[in-house]
Amino acid sequence: MFLTHRYRIVRFLSALAMLGAALAASATLFDNELTIRIEQGIESALPIAVVPFAKGAGINIELDVAGVIRSDLARSGKFLPMPSQDLPSRPARFSDINFKNWRLLGIENLVIGKVLPNTRGGFTLEFRVVDVYKGNQLFGFRIPTSRKNMRLTAHHVADLIYEKILNEKGAFATRIAYITVEKTPSKKTIYRLQVADADGYDPHTILESSQPLLSPAWSPDGSLLAYVSFEGRNSAIYLQNVRTGAREEIVAGEGINSAPAFAPDGRRLAVTLSRDGNPEIYLYELQKRTLERLTKHPAIDTEANWSPDGKTIVFTSDRGGGPQIYRVGLDGGTPRRVTFNMGPYNARARHSPDGKKLAVVHGDEKGYNIAVLEVKNGLYEILTNARLDESPSFAPNGSMIIYATMGARGTELAAVSTDGRLKQRLALQHGQVREPAWGPFRK
Amino acid sequence: MNLGPHRDKKIMINSLISKREKNMKEDGLKLVLLTIVAILLAGCGTTGDKQRQQTSSRLESRTVSRAPASAPAVSQGLAEDTEFSAAALDDPEGPLSVRTVYFDYDSSAVREEFRETVTAHASYLAANASASVTLQGHADERGTREYNRALGEARALSVRSQLVLLGATAEQIKTVSYGEERPVAEGHDEKSYAVNRRVEILY
Repeated sequence: MFLTHRYRIVRFLSALAMLGAALAASATLFDNELTIRIEQGIESALPIAVVPFAKGAGINIELDVAGVIRSDLARSGKFLPMPSQDLPSRPARFSDINFKNWRLLGIENLVIGKVLPNTRGGFTLEFRVVDVYKGNQLFGFRIPTSRKNMRLTAHHVADLIYEKILNEKGAFATRIAYITVEKTPSKKTIYRLQVADADGYDPHTILESSQPLLSPAWSPDGSLLAYVSFEGRNSAIYLQNVRTGAREEIVAGEGINSAPAFAPDGRRLAVTLSRDGNPEIYLYELQKRTLERLTKHPAIDTEANWSPDGKTIVFTSDRGGGPQIYRVGLDGGTPRRVTFNMGPYNARARHSPDGKKLAVVHGDEKGYNIAVLEVKNGLYEILTNARLDESPSFAPNGSMIIYATMGARGTELAAVSTDGRLKQRLALQHGQVREPAWGPFRK
Repeated sequence: MNLGPHRDKKIMINSLISKREKNMKEDGLKLVLLTIVAILLAGCGTTGDKQRQQTSSRLESRTVSRAPASAPAVSQGLAEDTEFSAAALDDPEGPLSVRTVYFDYDSSAVREEFRETVTAHASYLAANASASVTLQGHADERGTREYNRALGEARALSVRSQLVLLGATAEQIKTVSYGEERPVAEGHDEKSYAVNRRVEILY
């Protein structure tokens, strides 16, 4: 009883501390980097302590590996990492752990680790997760890495902790793509397609243009990004290799060329084209480079998204008046409306990775917000409450949805847990950030 | 489907958040200072991380040098008996001086008040077979970007079909839609939205 009581107090105190810690761990003043702020925490999060990793002789790694892990776990809303300044001790070896001390602080799991040199000039990151109450090791890993991959490896460690303790795959070692728009002092506009770690760090510009860039979409293996560029006189759909930067125009016809979406097998793209007179959905075969028309209706049909089984496509259509979500089989057939009794505006649906939910942009008299709809029964919940939210994208483990929202200085990125309980904001220091697309798990 | 109470709950949560945010801001300053130190310390390490996928293709020089979409069409050698001439395009008082058609929210129907404008442009195109025009469709910022692209296109196509109905040929008209990407007014209110929902007629 004593322990339970104490544990609750500790939880409350560490919840407050966590908010500060997350801010400190993630805040940065670099241009074009994202910062993460947790707006609303979860009380049921698991207390965990991640001790700063010890370093072998002669190793000068500046990255705070434990800090990256702590910040990842905190962002999930499912863990409450103890702030580093509150750690009672910093054991590097299992035999150094004073279990009683950690128990008194209400810590359930303890992570210790070290960075060691390996024979090939790189590093080995070793870590163990300890059950404080049982006094034994739950699991431990030794991961070869390099200086350049250290941050990624730290995200992998966070994934392993998340996965082993919660029995659910982690999505920290993933990436996001998004568009930034910057107005220069000379009144020029610069559009950039950027790729960053899922926590917003380490952003890389993979394309820069003076004309609008839109609609980034990942290939299922994470090697390619499809997007729309206005670099010609009209829009065109491009494919770009994320690693090499090699790019290719794949579809450019009369009218609009837009809204690319990869099929789950990566062999086809659904796109929206108006070459035949009005916006319709087409299937583009990557190998054969052929186009096949899927929808046929004088109304607008756009914003296709594949079901994870690859058998159906949902899309936005105003065939019933205002925009609503419809589903069509790949064999054609009559599209069936998906969104009923959900108000006048529902657009840009995205399937959850398990296909059971759809995230949509839901508009009513209060504004445009992200809603999640159960495919099975049509019940929905509105997860956000700003005035202009758009572009929802599921994390590959389905736990979070990243989206764009209107902040004080323009559009910025935010994330909400799929159950709506945890909200975060990823705020950019300069320019506008929009159209986030969460990449797949990394192999 | 109980929308009302659900929304109320959200609003309450929201006010709690803003209180917490205020507290955070006060503590935040100290933390930011701490972070600056941390960044300075970490500074050298980050440069080594930059090669992961660094290839950035620059398009600027290529695209800037292109002719703007609004380059004036050359219309010389007109028959003398045509109603309109190239000069009519430049007449600030003439019906052809109106080059923008505005639309209602989520609608691509051409409003009655723009009938005269559309008719004048159709007659000009009919009388000047060598003239061509680009219809640039736009939407306001509300709703999704790609739906707005499609909506801008639907608006441009709607003006195009009227022009063709009134005598222009389809070959004279190109459409392009920027959706919500190129607003003329930057405000987040109906006044701005009303002028952003438009088709620009560009010779």
